[in-house]
Amino acid sequence: MSIVTLQLGQCGNQIGLEVFDALFSDAHYPQGLCSKRENEAYQASCKERFFSEQENGVQIARAVLVDMEPKVINQTLSKAARSGQWKYGQHSCFCQKQGSGNNWAYGYSVHGPRHEESIMNLIQKEVEKCDSLSGFFIIMSMAGGTGSGLGAFVTQNLQDQYSNSLKMNQIIWPYGTGEVIVQNYNSILTLSHLYRSSDALLVHENDAVHKICAKLMNIKQISFSDINQVLAHQLGNVFQPTYSMEGSFHYRRNPLGDLMENLVPHPEFKMLGVRNIPQMSENSLAYSTFTWAGLLKHLRQMLISNAKMEEGIDWQVRPPVTGHPTLGKMSLSKELHFNTSIANLVILRGKGVRSVDLGGFKDPALYTSWLEPDNAFSVWKTQRAFNKYEKSAALVSNSQFLVKPLDMIVGKAWNMFASKAYIHQYTKFGIEEEDFLDSFTLLEQVIASYCNL
Amino acid sequence: MLTRQRGSAVRRPSRYGNDETQVHWCGLLMENLCLNLEKRVTTAATYGSGVTYGRPGGIPGTARAPGVQGRPHRSMTQSVVVQVGQCGNQIGCCFWDLALREHAAVNQKGIYDEAISSFFRNVDTRVVGDGGSISKGKICSLKARAVLIDMEEGVVNEILQGPLRDVFDSKQLITDISGSGNNWAVGHKVFGNLYQEQILEKLRKSAEHCDCLQCFFIIHSMGGGTGSGLGTFLLKVLEDEFPEVYRFVTSVYPSDEDDVITSPYNSILAMKELNEHADCVLPIDNQSLFDIISKIDLMVNSGRLGTTIKPKSLITSSAGASKKQQKPFDAMNNIVANLLLNLTSSARFEGSLNMDLNEISMNLVPFPQLHYLVSSLTPLYTLADVNIPPRRLDQMFSDAFSKDHQLIRADPKHSLYLACALMVRGNVQISDLRRNIERLKPSLQFVSWNQEGWKTSLCSVPPVGHSHSLLALANNTCVKPTFMELRERFMRLYKKKAHLHHYLQIEGMEESSFTEALSSLSALIQEYNRLDATKSMPVEDLPRLSVAM
Repeated sequence: MSIVTLQLGQCGNQIGLEVFDALFSDAHYPQGLCSKRENEAYQASCKERFFSEQENGVQIARAVLVDMEPKVINQTLSKAARSGQWKYGQHSCFCQKQGSGNNWAYGYSVHGPRHEESIMNLIQKEVEKCDSLSGFFIIMSMAGGTGSGLGAFVTQNLQDQYSNSLKMNQIIWPYGTGEVIVQNYNSILTLSHLYRSSDALLVHENDAVHKICAKLMNIKQISFSDINQVLAHQLGNVFQPTYSMEGSFHYRRNPLGDLMENLVPHPEFKMLGVRNIPQMSENSLAYSTFTWAGLLKHLRQMLISNAKMEEGIDWQVRPPVTGHPTLGKMSLSKELHFNTSIANLVILRGKGVRSVDLGGFKDPALYTSWLEPDNAFSVWKTQRAFNKYEKSAALVSNSQFLVKPLDMIVGKAWNMFASKAYIHQYTKFGIEEEDFLDSFTLLEQVIASYCNL
Repeated sequence: MLTRQRGSAVRRPSRYGNDETQVHWCGLLMENLCLNLEKRVTTAATYGSGVTYGRPGGIPGTARAPGVQGRPHRSMTQSVVVQVGQCGNQIGCCFWDLALREHAAVNQKGIYDEAISSFFRNVDTRVVGDGGSISKGKICSLKARAVLIDMEEGVVNEILQGPLRDVFDSKQLITDISGSGNNWAVGHKVFGNLYQEQILEKLRKSAEHCDCLQCFFIIHSMGGGTGSGLGTFLLKVLEDEFPEVYRFVTSVYPSDEDDVITSPYNSILAMKELNEHADCVLPIDNQSLFDIISKIDLMVNSGRLGTTIKPKSLITSSAGASKKQQKPFDAMNNIVANLLLNLTSSARFEGSLNMDLNEISMNLVPFPQLHYLVSSLTPLYTLADVNIPPRRLDQMFSDAFSKDHQLIRADPKHSLYLACALMVRGNVQISDLRRNIERLKPSLQFVSWNQEGWKTSLCSVPPVGHSHSLLALANNTCVKPTFMELRERFMRLYKKKAHLHHYLQIEGMEESSFTEALSSLSALIQEYNRLDATKSMPVEDLPRLSVAM
């Protein structure tokens, strides 16, 4: 089954490009450390998911590019064409002349309705190219205007028109400071709207990825391209093919459906975070060896201590002793030390995955009381190595990972809202104070729900 | 003391005769510049610093990109510059000069691309009438998207006889011969009424030439008659006629030693219009520009750095001039022209973090009236050594916040920030930006509800002659002293009713025009006071909405 990707706004388009590049180059990396037959099956599965084929054999990303100004799309198209490996479709982009100016209201209330038909038509054409559709990736930032506002609008439309297909929004969470001044307003409006129309929000925090670039990749002068590559690596790690079940050599047909089934058991909880290990520069990789036990020990501690990367993990954090349910319930006023999960998915790629012990992730103490670990934990595997890493593991978690960043954003937006600053920019385009209050209410509810796991 | 109002007779030297330039569009620009370019083109093979200025994305608008649904070609937005009065036209002239130079440096193939289209039309001069616009292909003849307005002929005539004459045509000009006599009321009421239709017609024409008009840049001075009076009259006309198009105003404020005696009247009457009808105002004052130039001169002449500074990299320099500085006003006007170039660079050129013009007001104007943005440009010069160690890059960020780099006399560091934008050009990455924000944040004070009020952009194309540059825009209470000083000077005159009759005799002017303007300014100052008063208060989180579980 196939996934259609929507790249929205500057951020969405820049990341989309890196994602397809990572997917393609990994699939066509000759040394997958597996048999030729297996490698071919892996390639075929990747292609079915993310690429269609032109008559001349060139692979075309199953993607629709949308931006409200032309520069970034021009750049994205030419970069893809220059790679010489894969391309975007001839008629798969839509752009306008004037951007949304960091104004969520402009993206949502002006650009959205005005270009609804054209954009939905492009999406339909892309969907028609798929033999069967699993769902949509919607890549967007929530700080600006186009990705966030138009992204929320388009997601809502997808919900109406493709109610049977799954929608996963890839949300780029802005730096805590320094990108867009009204980012907290734009973010709360985005999140609250997506909570109503999306099936899951896979969140990528710029701050976290920036740190990975600095600490693990040892990049001195970090560019957006560096950040986007790490992010694409994480996404690829999750969504490249894996075996459909233990002992099988067939690849999973519907990763998006399986992921939702495993990770989103309740509509109140749909904020997912991703972690991966190992992550390092190519130079260091050549001199490193890993054991599954070591990798998973780190990954598990990253989960329970809510660490964003393998460096600087707090090893003191332990799961609460079972039978003490009060320990699991922590209010925000206290430091959130232990990270309680609803559900986790671990993805393992590389040599020897069949014999890996994952007992540590099945501990009931890791999970909220209303789910059994058998239902809350799942694992995907493939022997095919990923992106030059002999062994690699990724974790997608529906847990308290995002409570703190969400609480920060809501808090900052609330402080600004109390002074009424910048509100006039939104009311100009039909987003009223009432709409803000609705968003605040919904997100406070989400925060409270996650806190009380 | 320097002044830019009437009587100072500033002449713009024609400087295309003998200096070398970087223009590469040989024959194409020649049509525009009508000058002995060949001589210079032969000497212009090198591009100064070894920095490459190529657009990484290739040539836009060619067949490479698949079509946009239902659109013949994709293009971005355009802006129209409206230069009013002597000062406005002189700055405007420098702006067009530098804009041509910048696009010539970036666009070496002479293809009319989207970046150029934002400020220039491409016209086939052989076609008579209006039908000569060409949307793509080779550059034929570039016409500035500009409307030139002056109520006397001197400056505009000079432009028309100068090297830039072919960039404008007579359809873009409005002049009179009598001048506004340093009287806001003459400019605003008399000439406003007289020329309203004509102005409107030229503005409409300029708008028709645009595919997607985004912004009007108005350049004027506050102290005189035409720029101040007619310039602000025009603002209202624009608002009524083009409500969707942004109005960014570059306003040159008079210095206290100004020799126009009525400049406080003119400025305060103009301020009311700026308060009500502008989206953003970039206040500039002559004194600050002069101080910046003195500082550069000192550095150049001290011998310490003089030998290593690239002459082309001075923000005061004109098209690669290698000779000694021209008249002081040219240098000063070039600073303002550079401000406008940098302000629009991220909208025109590619970058990893774009900032369109509409993002400026969205991020920097928290309340409609508080739209005065203090600007600073760094570096003032670039040392010839292009290998910049991080220390010097960081210095660029530090300087942007220092008192002596601001384009008005103001001290943002010791006042309160409502919001701040850093627009970076050239070889600078997001990590450089973040490091410097983290470094500088502790020394700056932000209003309680916008503790992280930073907006940033990264444009990959540096200014000509630089490897990198920074424009900082601050919405900061430090503009208040300028306004208060102006009010004091106004009151000194107004108490004695001095020169008032010159205004009151103009039809449509009443005493109430003065009192209303004064109270408009006082209300603005009061707003800044109110914000300043929050400075000492501790920042605390407000009680949040509580939800029932």
